[in-house]
Amino acid sequence: MSNSSDRSRLPISGLGLVALLGWIGLLVALSWWMAQQAYRWLPVQASTAAPLVDGLFSFETGIGTFVFGAVVSVMAWVLLKHRADKYDESDAEPIEGNTRLEVIWTVIPLLLVMAIAVYAMRVNTKLGVLGPMEHIHLANPVEDQGGYAVDRLPAEQVEVIARQWSWEFRYPSANVSTTELHLPVDQPVTFRLVSDDVLHGFYIPAFRLKQDVIPGRAINFNLTPTREGRYRLRDSQFSGTWFAANQADVVVESSEVYQAWLENAARQPLQSGLSDAVIEYGERKQLKNPGWATVPPAPPPQVNVPGSNSLPHDA
Amino acid sequence: MTSATFPPSPPENTSWSRYFGFNTDAKVIGIQYIVTAFFFFLIGGLLAMIIRGELITPPADLVDRTVYNGIYTMHGTIMLFLFIFPVLNGLNNLLIPTMIGAPDMAFPRLNAVAFWLVPIFGALLIGSFFVPGGPAYSGWWSYPPVSTQNPLGHFINGQGLWITAVALSGVSSIMGAINFVTTILRMRSPGMGFFMMPVYCWTALAAQSLQLIGLPALTGGAVMLLMDLSFGTSFYQPEGGGDPVLYQHFFWFYSHPAVYVIILPVFGIFSELFPVYSRKPLFGYVYVCLASFIIVALGLVVWVHHMFPSGVAQWMRNFFMFSTMLIAVPTGVKVFAWLGTIWRGKLRLTTPMLFCLGGLFNFVFAGITGIMLATVPVDIHVSNTYFVVGHFHYVIYGAAVMGIFAAIYHWFPKFIGRMPYEGLGKLHFLLTFIGANLNFLPMHPLGLMGMPRRVSSYDPEFAFWNVLASLGAFLLGVSIIPFLLNMVSAWVRGPKAPHNPWNAIGLEWLLPSPPPEDNFGEHVPTVISRPYGYGTGAPLVEHQAEIEKQLTLQEASA
Repeated sequence: MSNSSDRSRLPISGLGLVALLGWIGLLVALSWWMAQQAYRWLPVQASTAAPLVDGLFSFETGIGTFVFGAVVSVMAWVLLKHRADKYDESDAEPIEGNTRLEVIWTVIPLLLVMAIAVYAMRVNTKLGVLGPMEHIHLANPVEDQGGYAVDRLPAEQVEVIARQWSWEFRYPSANVSTTELHLPVDQPVTFRLVSDDVLHGFYIPAFRLKQDVIPGRAINFNLTPTREGRYRLRDSQFSGTWFAANQADVVVESSEVYQAWLENAARQPLQSGLSDAVIEYGERKQLKNPGWATVPPAPPPQVNVPGSNSLPHDA
Repeated sequence: MTSATFPPSPPENTSWSRYFGFNTDAKVIGIQYIVTAFFFFLIGGLLAMIIRGELITPPADLVDRTVYNGIYTMHGTIMLFLFIFPVLNGLNNLLIPTMIGAPDMAFPRLNAVAFWLVPIFGALLIGSFFVPGGPAYSGWWSYPPVSTQNPLGHFINGQGLWITAVALSGVSSIMGAINFVTTILRMRSPGMGFFMMPVYCWTALAAQSLQLIGLPALTGGAVMLLMDLSFGTSFYQPEGGGDPVLYQHFFWFYSHPAVYVIILPVFGIFSELFPVYSRKPLFGYVYVCLASFIIVALGLVVWVHHMFPSGVAQWMRNFFMFSTMLIAVPTGVKVFAWLGTIWRGKLRLTTPMLFCLGGLFNFVFAGITGIMLATVPVDIHVSNTYFVVGHFHYVIYGAAVMGIFAAIYHWFPKFIGRMPYEGLGKLHFLLTFIGANLNFLPMHPLGLMGMPRRVSSYDPEFAFWNVLASLGAFLLGVSIIPFLLNMVSAWVRGPKAPHNPWNAIGLEWLLPSPPPEDNFGEHVPTVISRPYGYGTGAPLVEHQAEIEKQLTLQEASA
């Protein structure tokens, strides 16, 4: 490290310094631009959580672009400038290390990742205020049998029942059930997530929120939609054969439209809800050699309004 | 020592048939591991081609959904347990004894048993394709209750064979780890203190320590899963009072450190190769050595970051986010050390160097998406999406497999005794680098848009990036052809390799190519310098000039 100071650190000419600073400026500008672009890679923001998550992601994209750009710049410079000549068999100058540099590139990344972590923790806390995601309690054994006692649930809670492979949504106070989730815009909603069989994932990309649905537990999950539209709910925890087809639509609409929908839905008789798995399973049974073994799908839930999962969706 | 009896005469049995039997020579076992691993690599790769063929269009139209689920499960399982762990153990077998001057591993018979378990559980796993109902289909995580559903109800089923194979793989890895750790701790040549040891041995020691700490958790968890599946226990069954999330803790307590078991030796390869092809010492050798063990310590307390949406408490989310972020620091120390090594070097862009540079490029990219995944709010959105699939394929294929290719091209002359072809090697690099980036980069926008992983069909808005990813995958499939061609033709009729074709510093380069069965035998050189003394002119061992002269004379007369 003693011999590194006399040759490798001193000689940077004025012009070289200007070029280096210019390049760093360019990288900063690129990072800034990428941070702005980051929002465009994500679906529309349809919940109060979305801007928080996207802001953090944009920040990380900016920092990441700068770090990646800097490392690749060094590699590119070395590749351009420090290649051995064709018949040069000699060794380079033996620089074995530099303690000051080691300290610098330990402390700066440490501060950087801690800053990102603190930022992320704040977002976490804020998301928790908007909707605590840790209110988990073991389910009542009665409920494990599928006997969801409607009268014991809080009035505003929407019950989400995940199955192999369908989603059922129940509005206990209105006595409505459906396979298409309807939510009023700008109103906090509490879900009670339960699974009839295996793990599922309650994931609505436009809301940026995801929570595993765990058999034997009821998980309270809160969010607030902020944008009217039709979005996709996807199963995000592998649940077996028709995992990919286990999708439902989420319709966010104005309070009035939502109320009208609820009232109309309550008047509909129970009928079979949506289950792509049941349809495909029926077709598959006609085949002579359908494939490998599968668990049969649960029968379609009996609901007031099946809704649709084939209309164009915003995200 | 005298140079008259050195180096020892070559081994008698040099026929190809020794590779097919129970052999206790670490160099034979190493090649057995690597060749077996690449056999399974081709099978796992073929499955990947089917996966990308299915995903090139939105509907599930190429194979049945049950077949798709079985194939993606087996792809992950084969690539991890039958390719990457065995290929790394192969490198360990070749490199550890020769790098530290040991005649063989500490327990040669245990070593051979550990290897022969690989084809046994490999056959079990491949055999599971042919049992009624097909192979396991619940992903390489095999989370219950899906993994214990057993649709046909047979006692012998794909999932049961899968769990048995994974448990056997754990037994094999524990046997290997005991051997590697003991060999490194007890059998170093005279003068080789810990801070004189090549970084590859440091990283292997770190990685194998992780195996010893972590594998019992996975193996125990897997045995309980098998009990649930086959014997009606309810460790993980909620209706019997069990908890499916418990399995996730057992699984990730090992399977996250497993990522470091994979990547640490690759850091070792980078640390060995950058100095050779930059003609400069490794920058900050001591810090690089210590960073491996800081990664081990931190790597054991990050596993819950795989479970942020699984229903864990907020304090756990925050704690495991901080611990995960901290890993970036020792990892950064290594990345900067490699940059410091190539800086002002005299770079030689040979095939191994190209693979190292490409691997470093991919690894830094994976590190940045790793930081994103560590932060809980972003992870909540992208966990279990293609963003994660993209991230870990950058780590495993982009960095680890490219590092392994670098190691193979670099040490092939030493252990096979023949030179691989540069042209084919560079073509292999180019196809791999472009293919990997074209395959795995598009997975990131897909994940951000909300495409879950493990799906056999998807909404049409995801089609564009999936087509690109599939084209990249097919290119990666093609990229293996020049590699195989190179390996086979170089092995059969490549030019004879001198003892030190790359002009590298290290004990293994003071052996003939290929080395005799007991390596240095009675005449283990005494190490007097730190590794990587490029440009210093300092000899690595006592009597280095005599040893090299003897080797050169022997080559000239051969």
